[in-house]
Amino acid sequence: MKSFKEKLTERVFLLIALSTLSVLALITVFIFIKGVPIIAKVGIINFVFGMKWAPSQGYYGIFPMIVGSVSVTLGAAIIGVPIAICCSIFLAEFAPAKLRNVFRPAIQLLAAIPSVVYGFWGVLFVVPMIRKFLGGPGLSILAGSIILGIMILPTIISITEVSLLALPRHYKDGALALGLTQWQTIHSLLLPAAKSGIVAAIILGLGRAIGETMAVIMVLGNAVALPQSILDPVRTLTTNIGIEMGYASGEHQQALFATGIVLFVIIMLLNASAQYITRKR
Amino acid sequence: MTQKSKIDIKGLNFYYEQKKVIKELNLEIPENRILGIFGPANSGITTLLRTLNRLSDLTAGARHEGEILLDGKNIFAPDVNLTELRRRVGMVFDVPTPLPMSIFDNVALGPRMGGLKSKTDLEEKVETSLRMSALWDDVKDRLDTPAARLSGGQQQRLCIARVLALEPEVILLDRPCSALDPISTAKIEESLVQLKEQYTIVIAPHTVQQAGRIADRVAFMLMGDLIEQGYTQEVFSFPKDKRTNDYLTGRFG
Repeated sequence: MKSFKEKLTERVFLLIALSTLSVLALITVFIFIKGVPIIAKVGIINFVFGMKWAPSQGYYGIFPMIVGSVSVTLGAAIIGVPIAICCSIFLAEFAPAKLRNVFRPAIQLLAAIPSVVYGFWGVLFVVPMIRKFLGGPGLSILAGSIILGIMILPTIISITEVSLLALPRHYKDGALALGLTQWQTIHSLLLPAAKSGIVAAIILGLGRAIGETMAVIMVLGNAVALPQSILDPVRTLTTNIGIEMGYASGEHQQALFATGIVLFVIIMLLNASAQYITRKR
Repeated sequence: MTQKSKIDIKGLNFYYEQKKVIKELNLEIPENRILGIFGPANSGITTLLRTLNRLSDLTAGARHEGEILLDGKNIFAPDVNLTELRRRVGMVFDVPTPLPMSIFDNVALGPRMGGLKSKTDLEEKVETSLRMSALWDDVKDRLDTPAARLSGGQQQRLCIARVLALEPEVILLDRPCSALDPISTAKIEESLVQLKEQYTIVIAPHTVQQAGRIADRVAFMLMGDLIEQGYTQEVFSFPKDKRTNDYLTGRFG
């Protein structure tokens, strides 16, 4: 029989654990209560696929921002994922222990840099470079993609590296004993075996990219229009909320919460698919 | 010995960091015979096997002195191609190590990576190898199922087939039956005896009895020293060294 004291401790811990869950529930409920009425009023199709965002005139279409979020996130993936995966293969398979011990904390440090610093660096360095060499305003999808591509590196690298290192040691021994070269072992055996972990890593990285606000506000230009090229400025779902929440009220404010709902759903879907993929192995 | 030797180990010392695990070892491994190397745990037998195809290179802090001649050529020479060496000297580990892919792909992986592309050639190669390791009849109808679904004994025969598919000259087996039941063990032993016609086999048996059943010659190692070697019957019936006798009669180990 458990003593009274032990039972009490258990309950207290349960309560504290539940409180974190309830925060999630509260936020979710709050966003939905605030945002759903405007979606109902405008109509979900008009809201999600509407091309015009002009709150003062009662137009609430967020399609350009969805395009903005998706394009910047894809751009970040194109730039960040190959670098991250090569880097984790290097760390897990090639790097001697000494080098690894320098690399790993350094990469973790990337995650510790505040996003506003990334944005600041983007404005002062990346944006002018794009303006100078590629033309356009510089504040653009490309600038956002580069910044986000770097910001998602630590997430993808650490999870990919862990899933490579978690593979049974005998895979590598077995493959090398079969006369496979190190590279053949990596690409024909280790990468496919770690596939689910790597895909989950990428999805989590993308979730981080699509949710990032501060850094992209500073480098994207924030124009609400469908972009014609990667050198055009865009506004994302997150930056829309970040920019306008300071002065929005009434329906306008509700529309920002509704933007949050769309973002929330996208990120939930991403995380759920990451969990589904990792669980499948 | 009258038999031609396939591998000639000369003055081999092997170290992990400061620890000497193989001491001044001289051993000839005869061609087309089964050599059983037995001894208690930590005798350096696994290290010796892993050294023969230089898988030992993978262990940090490992180094050696001396020579291992494969058909007269030192495998530690700087111009040795490790991939080629490991194809010539195949290895089966103590626990079955199926790779996370289908039965077919497990066997086809080595030849495929070695440049064999034609599908019919690969199929033929897989079938021959599986027949030689006595697994073909068990799996011929389900070659595309994951190898991990096979029983332990089948997995180990798959690993043997995988090595055979490389057409090696030497097969190293490190306690290949230690995780298997007696029936699977008997099947593997049977295939090994047939295989020695074409291959040179070095096995670390998991029991002395296994060495007695299949090995032509045996070597007894203890704490990194090669204590005694010779024809199986002679060593088992009339061990020259007291330590060999003690081990065989179960006084230790």
